[in-house]
Amino acid sequence: MTTPAPASVRQRAIAHAGWETRLLLRNGEQLLLTIVIPVGILLGLTMTDVLVQQSGPDRIPRAIATVLAVSVISSAFTSLAIATGFERRSGALRFLGTTPLTRTELLVGKFCATAAVTALSSAVVCVVAVLIGWRPSASALWAVPVLILGTAAFAAWGMALAGLLRAEAVLAVANGLFLFLIMFGGVIIPAASLPGPMSVVADLLPSGALVTGLTDSLVDGQMPSGLAVIVLIVWLASGALVSSRTFRWS
Amino acid sequence: MRPPIVAIVPSPAVLVRDLVVRYGSREAVAGLSFEAPTGRVTALVGPNGAGKSTTVEVCVGLRPAASGTVELLGIPAGTADAAGLHSRVGVMLQDGGLYPSARPLELVTYIASLYPHPDDPGRLLDALGVDPGTRTPIRRLSGGEQQRVKCAVALVGRPELVFLDEPTSGLDSGARRTFHDLVRGLVAEGASVVLTTHLMDDVERLADQVVVIADGRAIRSGTVADLVGEEESVSFRGPLHADLTALRAVLPDHGDVVEQPPGHYRVTGAADPMVLSAIAAWCAQNGVRTADLRVGRRSLEDVIVALVGDL
Repeated sequence: MTTPAPASVRQRAIAHAGWETRLLLRNGEQLLLTIVIPVGILLGLTMTDVLVQQSGPDRIPRAIATVLAVSVISSAFTSLAIATGFERRSGALRFLGTTPLTRTELLVGKFCATAAVTALSSAVVCVVAVLIGWRPSASALWAVPVLILGTAAFAAWGMALAGLLRAEAVLAVANGLFLFLIMFGGVIIPAASLPGPMSVVADLLPSGALVTGLTDSLVDGQMPSGLAVIVLIVWLASGALVSSRTFRWS
Repeated sequence: MRPPIVAIVPSPAVLVRDLVVRYGSREAVAGLSFEAPTGRVTALVGPNGAGKSTTVEVCVGLRPAASGTVELLGIPAGTADAAGLHSRVGVMLQDGGLYPSARPLELVTYIASLYPHPDDPGRLLDALGVDPGTRTPIRRLSGGEQQRVKCAVALVGRPELVFLDEPTSGLDSGARRTFHDLVRGLVAEGASVVLTTHLMDDVERLADQVVVIADGRAIRSGTVADLVGEEESVSFRGPLHADLTALRAVLPDHGDVVEQPPGHYRVTGAADPMVLSAIAAWCAQNGVRTADLRVGRRSLEDVIVALVGDL
């Protein structure tokens, strides 16, 4: 067997992204989170009257916006944080810290792998949505940059959480925050339907901004609102800052 | 007039000077200094908590030092481009370091892809006794097999300098022999090896230089022959904490007897028939049964135990 000999920064980042993607897709729980659950939620939301707001012609695109947001949060935040925490506990990160792979290459690789998994999940959701009657317009493509921005923001905070806490605590906190954001962060229950100040807070959370941006693109057929984009950029910048400060190999 | 002849002395593969590492208020490494020569095997030995693994972690950039100097391959650690220096150094960590869900060949192949001139992953695994074709994930391999995979990921980048932290723990005797051959092969190709271990058999078979570390400092260094010395001595096992007053009284001039570790006695000075006679007489008079009465050079383990206590 011969081995190629990449050694440049770009090639190491790509090699690590490929490695992470391979491990992610082999993980049965990850596939459940990435493919099965989003499709299940999509079918549940479009074929039942779980949410009053999703009746009428907007029913499917609204459901897609919700499902894609859930998928991004679970892949880019919860799964990434938990996997990184346990890689540190197993010593795998410690070992990588002794190889030519740099911290930046590791972070870029992890982001690319997460983005690839999110893209796969989004593609499957969209295909299923088309099969059950969704007819997207060209403006739906605005959802792509929103998804990339949302994935980056949640991945940055996933890495930050993994750097701040030990593996077991990451597991508990990441799952707890996932449930909180889904329930009260403007995902399942729209931010506008939340009582009083909770509505404002939800709009300022990355989950609320992500759903708003996706709804603007997929339901209203327009560019994502400026507020949603700014909120996601602020969460991305702050998450990147915290994760770069807290990241450690061991 | 001829120009003066200047001898070029190669820089050591590892140079550690006055290294201090603190965990909170505790000094895990307290002013450690040593050199590991290029193209040789240097063994760091000492009891648990002596600071060996911490020193390795500082050398490979996993832990910051409070003070002191570390140079690898002539480059100050921490100041050079990390990827540049790391592409020349291989590390086998004592704990962890593997992806549990990965298969051996795919992990070693991935690690190889990070280096500019890697070894063949399949050939390396095969040489270490791991089936490159196995589809068993690493978490289901035996401890010894996992240890071999760790060794493969440390060596696959063809490093010029290798740190091996407890490399043979969990290996059976056949795998240890294979490992010894592998290290000899590395050195024959010009690599430098820093080995930390509790197994003195590994040290005696492999090390060109031994650094004995206790309480975060190097207390002795030299070749195995330097440490063991030429002098013969008498040793035996007996009851714990026997009263040695009577034995000391009958030993020839300059002779002494020490109990270290408990139940193990060593008589210093010449190992002549008079000493053996004195020991036999002392045993008979005191009703002491001895076992493993030996005359000969001390083993390296005896020497290290005498220096630092239990290994």
